[in-house]
Amino acid sequence: MANMCPYGRFTHAVVRGVPETFGKAVGDENREVTVDLAKAQRQFGCLTGALRQKVGLQLIEIPPDPELPESWRIEDVAVIQGDTALITRPFKQQRRSEAEAVRRVMSELNLTVVEMGGEQGDSGGATLEGSDVLFTGREFFVGVSSHTNRRGAEVLADTFRDFAVSTVPVCGGARLKDVCSMGGPGTIIASNTDGAKKTLRMMEQLTDHHYEVLTVPEESAANCIYVKGPSKRDFLLHRPAEECPESVSAFQKLQDYTLLPTAASEASKLGASLSSLCLLINRKHTHF
Amino acid sequence: MTTEAGSETEVKENAEESAAQPDQSEKTKQEFEEVANAEGEEKEKEKEKDGKGISRYLPTWFKKQKSQSQTSPTKEDQSTEEPASKTAEEEESPVPEVNGHAEEVEEKEQVKLDQAKETEAESHSNASADTEPAKEEKVDENVEKSSDETKETKEVEGVEEEKKEKGQVEAEREGGDNQTSIFQSPLRLVRKTKMKVVVCHITLLDGTDFTCEVEKRAKGQYLFFKVCEHLNLLEKDYFGLTYKDNHEEKCWLDPTKEIKRQIRSNNWQFAFNVKFYPPDPSLLTEDITRYLLCLQLREDVASGRLPCSFVTHALLGSYTLQAEFGDYEPDQPRPLDFINQLTFAPNQNKEMEEKILELHKSHRGMTPAQADLQFLENAKKLSMYGVDLHHAKDSESVDIMLGVCANGLLVYKDRLRINRFAWPKILKISYKRNNFYIKIRPGETEQFESTVGFKLQNHRSAKKLWKVCVENHSFFRLNTPEPPTKARFLTLGSKFRYSGRTQTQTRLASSLIDRPAPNFERTSSKRISRSLDGAPAISITEAGRDMAENGHEPHLELHSDSKVKEMDLSLGDVEAMPPQSPGCSEPGHSQDHDKTQDEVLKHQASISQLKRSFMEAPPPSPPQLNQWENRLTSSPASVRVQLQHVVDVPQTEAASPDNTVSETKEPAKTTKVEIEETVVIQEVSKATKPGLVTIATSCADDASPAEEQETQEERVRAEEEVVAAEEASERMTESVSSESESEDEAEYHADISVSISQTQIPEEMEEEVELEEEDEDKGVEEQVSALDAPSLPAEVSHPTEETIAEEEQFIMEETDVEEEKGSEQEVEESTEDPMVTPDEAPDSLPPPEENRVVTPKEEEEPKVNGEALLVEVEPRPQVICCSEPPVVKTEMVTISDTFAAQKTEIATKEVPIVHTETKTITYEAAQLDSNGDGEPGVLMTAQTITSESLCTTTTTHITKTLKGGLSETRIEKRIVITGDCDIDHDQN
Repeated sequence: MANMCPYGRFTHAVVRGVPETFGKAVGDENREVTVDLAKAQRQFGCLTGALRQKVGLQLIEIPPDPELPESWRIEDVAVIQGDTALITRPFKQQRRSEAEAVRRVMSELNLTVVEMGGEQGDSGGATLEGSDVLFTGREFFVGVSSHTNRRGAEVLADTFRDFAVSTVPVCGGARLKDVCSMGGPGTIIASNTDGAKKTLRMMEQLTDHHYEVLTVPEESAANCIYVKGPSKRDFLLHRPAEECPESVSAFQKLQDYTLLPTAASEASKLGASLSSLCLLINRKHTHF
Repeated sequence: MTTEAGSETEVKENAEESAAQPDQSEKTKQEFEEVANAEGEEKEKEKEKDGKGISRYLPTWFKKQKSQSQTSPTKEDQSTEEPASKTAEEEESPVPEVNGHAEEVEEKEQVKLDQAKETEAESHSNASADTEPAKEEKVDENVEKSSDETKETKEVEGVEEEKKEKGQVEAEREGGDNQTSIFQSPLRLVRKTKMKVVVCHITLLDGTDFTCEVEKRAKGQYLFFKVCEHLNLLEKDYFGLTYKDNHEEKCWLDPTKEIKRQIRSNNWQFAFNVKFYPPDPSLLTEDITRYLLCLQLREDVASGRLPCSFVTHALLGSYTLQAEFGDYEPDQPRPLDFINQLTFAPNQNKEMEEKILELHKSHRGMTPAQADLQFLENAKKLSMYGVDLHHAKDSESVDIMLGVCANGLLVYKDRLRINRFAWPKILKISYKRNNFYIKIRPGETEQFESTVGFKLQNHRSAKKLWKVCVENHSFFRLNTPEPPTKARFLTLGSKFRYSGRTQTQTRLASSLIDRPAPNFERTSSKRISRSLDGAPAISITEAGRDMAENGHEPHLELHSDSKVKEMDLSLGDVEAMPPQSPGCSEPGHSQDHDKTQDEVLKHQASISQLKRSFMEAPPPSPPQLNQWENRLTSSPASVRVQLQHVVDVPQTEAASPDNTVSETKEPAKTTKVEIEETVVIQEVSKATKPGLVTIATSCADDASPAEEQETQEERVRAEEEVVAAEEASERMTESVSSESESEDEAEYHADISVSISQTQIPEEMEEEVELEEEDEDKGVEEQVSALDAPSLPAEVSHPTEETIAEEEQFIMEETDVEEEKGSEQEVEESTEDPMVTPDEAPDSLPPPEENRVVTPKEEEEPKVNGEALLVEVEPRPQVICCSEPPVVKTEMVTISDTFAAQKTEIATKEVPIVHTETKTITYEAAQLDSNGDGEPGVLMTAQTITSESLCTTTTTHITKTLKGGLSETRIEKRIVITGDCDIDHDQN
């Protein structure tokens, strides 16, 4: 179909800066954690630098908004495939205004913006966050989690009609992208926790395709960013050895990859991870 | 996707009335012909028509409205008759042929005569400008006379009246047919003198209507081949014909059954559709095939049946434009002028059209064939490509959709995929009443297989879903070459099976297509012209959305009886590799070197038959299966064949007993017990050898004292299912039920659930098959002889098919049995295969009385026509045997040449696959009449089957006891696997 191409070809990345209110989100249950704002911003800078300079993506950075303490988790706000961007409806009410700026950027990029809320109308209850959506290049998996419900997944399925959209359970308050992420066009990186295994088993059951699974021992290592950059090389941004000492060797199994260890310890404290920090877009469409 | 059809076709017809008219006229003519035997009557008619004057030229529907008469749809179509077109039509329309090949030969002459008559009649009619003249068929005068009389009277009344009349007449004819069927065997009935011809209207994928005549008792295959011939289509296995049943649901026309019995209405209206969407259209050999697939997909997309995004809609639309209209020409009047008359998407809008045009420009230089290919390459990636959706509810009564596709069964809730069962994971598919079940292979961590049930709208829906699953599994799954270590097995409990070629086979066959790419006309010209005419530019209608074939109609079955049909799928699907030469290729070519043994065997499709299928209209491949089935069915005990690799047909049905059972129907369930064991059948095809080798070992069958048989199948290896007596009984009825859909809806009885367990047997067993074979041959002399008989395989197959059909009828209708027997005999005669007939005939006659224990024998059928036929040993129903030497050895039989003439020997030694020993002890009540009741507490049979392969040793104990009409069968299996084999099951 028109939009189908191997996963990983991106031309743009959209990020949003880390505000001073980082870690001060209202209603965060568990956030007794102390975060280091400066460190978080440094890590953010490293990430964006890697995407721009190493990988070679065009980077669009939306300035931080102190009013939106979680706006840096930009992945949640939109699901982009091909030239369609679905503006999601995050679980937390206060996050829904984060979409504003993102929507604007999407329009500027000439993406077809689909509003989840609008389509819903009365159905109201649909929630969907990008960190619960795994797009493999061939199909979508939507983790039905604490933040994403089935109704939200239906909206996604209705938006991206070319693709199979499967729902999989995500256990333990995690997000789908916490337990697995793409490590290549046909490769899924997953942790070997029980919850991840369960989710992965379901994915295997539901898919028509075959994926290689790269299992990493640490849960936090399962979230990576894979990009096949303009240079046609395979880049993998993953957590560095300091954060996931045991998983680094697993990544080295990936042949001919350019590994880019990228720290995200501060974001991680808030339940986020590498992929949470960016939206990846491909503006070069090839029909074939 | 089965569902879409009906309304669309109708709409199209309307659109294309002009085209359709001649057909209709023919039809009417036909009807008239049949009805009117006397010339005088005809004359009257003619006069009347003349008198009709203008009215004739008005569309029927128009007339109807005036008259307000409730006419059947077919009548509506009637319109003015244009003599010229008519004649042309006539010429075009293929001569009605008899189903049987053998018959064809005999009857061709007849046909010619008939044709001549027809032409005469036509000319006559032309002169009179009307249709009725033909009197070719003066069949069933009794019946028809009455109808004629009535008709005459009514004719006077008026045109509209006549139309109504026609409907009535048809109905009467139907009745007449039934009667006749009683006396005549379905096959041969139609001898020269009496060929009832019916005009069929087939809506083609381009929206045009194709009309052809078929003999009234023709099987679906005949019509299908006619259509394919008209389309110049060789890769026909991906396609099928649909009709609308009484509930306005689209159903696939079963090629192996009579059309009349399926459509159950006077509306001989069909649609040509893609039945199996090839996962990779680029592998299709011919552009024309791709083109037809494109047409189907365009319709699927435009109707919304195949959902896709805006961009994809635009892209697909642009390829359509390129294929139909060629390069974008800026000079031409803007394409937008007509583009909005084309339907590309359900929610098409200006924006989309502009996008389509924009993309169209980028396709400059692309040939139509390339554009089609690009279209398909994009369409095939859509997630719903080739998914046939059925409405259902899950166990919690939540509305879901079940999607059947090449890979398995998908479960959707709304648009979300919530579960998926790949074919390899599915062990058995069954339905019972409106419940649909799949048995799932246990995962690594699970110990037991689980069964998942879904509720469908009604029984018909469940059955339809089941059939679709069976067919898709057969077509797609059996193709896939499996690693030799894994054998997959497919067993169907009901008679119904996919009768065509598998994808692998069809690919092979099409690879042998050797003809210049046929020229075919794309629809663009038609469409454009049409649009110019102001007629609907595109035939695509909205009808599509009726995915719910399942039938929304609340059709409840009242019968307490449930039918159960099951299909067992085991891993080792066998692929049949029969090399087929599509058109003319010689047998020698078709070898698969690549194919593993597994692949090869499976279908014992005779190559020649395949060839024939290509060449001829008559059903090629199916016959083989049918044969097998027949045998199975015919023998009182169901024979189970286990093939190491897939055997499609392993199912056995006890035909004769069934028949009796069917009569008794429900009570039968409890009483009947059959145990069948088949130990192992292996088919090995050597890569080099085109021929398929099949070794079937059929094991003991027990006839239940009561009359019924239950067949149990065990698989040495994989799972067995113990079929409860109930199931068995059900199964018996099953065959009935399958037909019942077409014929009797009211009769749904329990079907016998057949479970076939498969065993994979490692290939190592070398047994002397030959010796055993000889034994078997002796035992099975009949069959063997049949096989050996010089008769062409095709012929053989035919008779078998017919016989099957007959048997079915048997089941269906008790009264018919006698007739059928007669027919069978006739068939035999006609077929020239004395050998075959004898077997079948006895089989067909259902003497329920006896039980037979058949010790496992191995049969090879080597090679009737170069193809190995599976010979199953089927005990006559009444023989009670204690077969002692139940050692069944299965070996690999290799036939050097698949082609009939060539194969000389079957080498059993080369690949010893399975060694099986079976001991059967049967205590049987003395005679079992068909009606006999089982004696309570009687130990019917005890069997022990041991099979050894390199890796596995399987011991199966089967004990049957009859208690007060209930048969209890206990099967214990122990499988010890030493090697790699996967299977390890204990079952009771």
